[in-house]
Amino acid sequence: MTSNRPPILEVRGLRKSFGHLEVLRGIDLEVLPQELVFIIGPSGSGKSTLLRCCNRLEEPTGGSISIDGVDLMARSTDINAMRRRIGMVFQSFNLYPHMSALGNVALALRRVLGRKRTEAEALALAALARVGLAEKANAYPAELSGGQQQRVAIARALALGPKIMLFDEPTSALDPELVGSVLKVMRELKAGGMTMLVVSHEMRFARDAADRVIFMDHGLIVEEGTPEQIFSGPREVRTQAFIAEIAR
Amino acid sequence: MQALLQQFFDFAIMARALPLLLTGLGQTLVLCLVVIPLGLIGGLLVALTSLARSRAVRWSAAAAIDFFRAIPPLVLLIFVYAGLPFAGIRLSPLAAVAIAFLLNNSSYYGEIYRAGIESVGHGQWDAARSTGLKARQALIYVVLPQAVRNVLPDLISNTVEVVKLTSLASVVALPELLYSADMARSITFNTSPIVLAAGIYLVMLWPIVRLVSRLERRIAS
Amino acid sequence: MDAWSRFLDAFFKWQLIERYLPAILDGMAVTVEIAAAVVITGILLGLVLAILRAFRILPLSALIVIFADMLRALPPLVLVLLVYFGLPSVGINLPSFAVLWLVLSCVLAAFAEEIFWAGILSIPKGQWEAARSTGIGFVSTLAYIVLPQAVRLTVAPLTNRTLAIAKNTALGMVIGVSEILSQATTGQSFAGNATPLTMGAIAYVILFIPVVVLGRWLETRFAWRRA
Repeated sequence: MTSNRPPILEVRGLRKSFGHLEVLRGIDLEVLPQELVFIIGPSGSGKSTLLRCCNRLEEPTGGSISIDGVDLMARSTDINAMRRRIGMVFQSFNLYPHMSALGNVALALRRVLGRKRTEAEALALAALARVGLAEKANAYPAELSGGQQQRVAIARALALGPKIMLFDEPTSALDPELVGSVLKVMRELKAGGMTMLVVSHEMRFARDAADRVIFMDHGLIVEEGTPEQIFSGPREVRTQAFIAEIAR
Repeated sequence: MQALLQQFFDFAIMARALPLLLTGLGQTLVLCLVVIPLGLIGGLLVALTSLARSRAVRWSAAAAIDFFRAIPPLVLLIFVYAGLPFAGIRLSPLAAVAIAFLLNNSSYYGEIYRAGIESVGHGQWDAARSTGLKARQALIYVVLPQAVRNVLPDLISNTVEVVKLTSLASVVALPELLYSADMARSITFNTSPIVLAAGIYLVMLWPIVRLVSRLERRIAS
Repeated sequence: MDAWSRFLDAFFKWQLIERYLPAILDGMAVTVEIAAAVVITGILLGLVLAILRAFRILPLSALIVIFADMLRALPPLVLVLLVYFGLPSVGINLPSFAVLWLVLSCVLAAFAEEIFWAGILSIPKGQWEAARSTGIGFVSTLAYIVLPQAVRLTVAPLTNRTLAIAKNTALGMVIGVSEILSQATTGQSFAGNATPLTMGAIAYVILFIPVVVLGRWLETRFAWRRA
């Protein structure tokens, strides 16, 4: 582990409330370069909200977030310029249904990075090739399987050259037989040195791909450690209960 | 029966009135080219206002929409054409029609766009924003194209209503299709020119009405 | 006189408001009467047509579709003028308010038929089959199973369409029905002042705003999101 290098993502004292409901109650988290950090926890524990705060799709109520040393909350920060540095993959894919796979990937390349059409399409095609879907470039989302849609969504984030990628339950909406193709792409990203923060229920994947596993409950980080520590010898009672529950 | 045919379907009179009616049709088409784009653009602005973040802005947009939906378009038109001169604003019939219909049509188109924008899932905004698109870009490239497609039948059927509405311009003496037909009627003392005008409206609008019915049925199923 | 008082004088002149209030109120009564009559006959006729169409007797359905299409495609003012100037010369003399009522009822019936028909079509075939398989007759299935469910879908669009057509009572001005707008324009030309027009506009807002608000409420209440 290269812990002497500065973290890509640094979260300090992060809080988020919706009205009276406190969803995040002071989260401290660092993700180091090339690290794959896995977040697990019962539903409603605040995992997704944490992820969505990391690119300010949700506006945090308090605390600080920095990406690659840039304070995300600072007034002077151009959030849209930062967001392309933070790739995000959603549970429900959220592909644009009126655009082809290529169009989905190329849109931000053209409108955010200002690339010319031909250049954007070449980059988009390369990104689609990385997720193994170059031949589906002209297909529309409705013509793709769930697994293919999610891989296009990964390509869409990947094409912008992100420093870190956030995965919000990327396989939860998929039929079981399609999960593997998405996990394979994620493994390849990991092997290629991508920094990743993943919320997911794929415990087997966590076990063999994650560098670190974080267990969250009720808006707090309860316990963190290597996959081995968390899955085989959790210290906290709540973690033990959760691991026992999912192991059944 | 003979009287009925003579009164409504006198082809000789129709033939004589046709050139006048075609000139009127030209005016009707010009009117449509002015009024429809104005309504489509005005409606979009209204929709964006009614989706604004500030509650006060949203509320005033809704109030304005409701106000103009409560007033018959003919009343608006006459108010603009015959009322505003008392405030020193004298408008040509075309300008009066354009303004009155802009107010009326923007409210209707606006509600349709709003429904369309609301029908696009929030995930689309999330995805667009997460790749760094600005809110305006997300609206233009991601949300609006889907919104328009979702409410296309409503947009088209409202446009049919707008075309029908142009017949009201005859009341302020704008020589469009119905005005020309009514003029021909008053000269010939025969209703056939109005039947001919009705026929022209049908040729223009019936196919669109059919199309909308089919589109609606396809979306409903 | 400054601009503001000139404006008030042109659009809200108090003496004129007092003088023309009775006429505008008379107009409101006429508008309400005709609108109510149109709403009742129009919706009933539309419902009857939709039910007849449900029997799927081809020539009858075709006639209904043609009726509905034509009346939806033609501007109401064209129809008003057609009936108003046409019928007397073939020996049928209708008072102008009756012409307005007849035309608008038919227009509303055309739209209502389409809305009811869309509602009937939206009920899954399984509902028909379930009812028919338990021995319920066609008419009873329609009356007790299909229509009650279809109404949910029709109530919001029907309200909005009904309002749009009720507002067309203002077309009565063109053929001399003494409803709000014709009272207002008469007043305006007699007084040489826009105040009666303002009053007319306000009268419409008072009458129709409740319906607009109702339509908005129904739309959110019975919102059926399109996928």
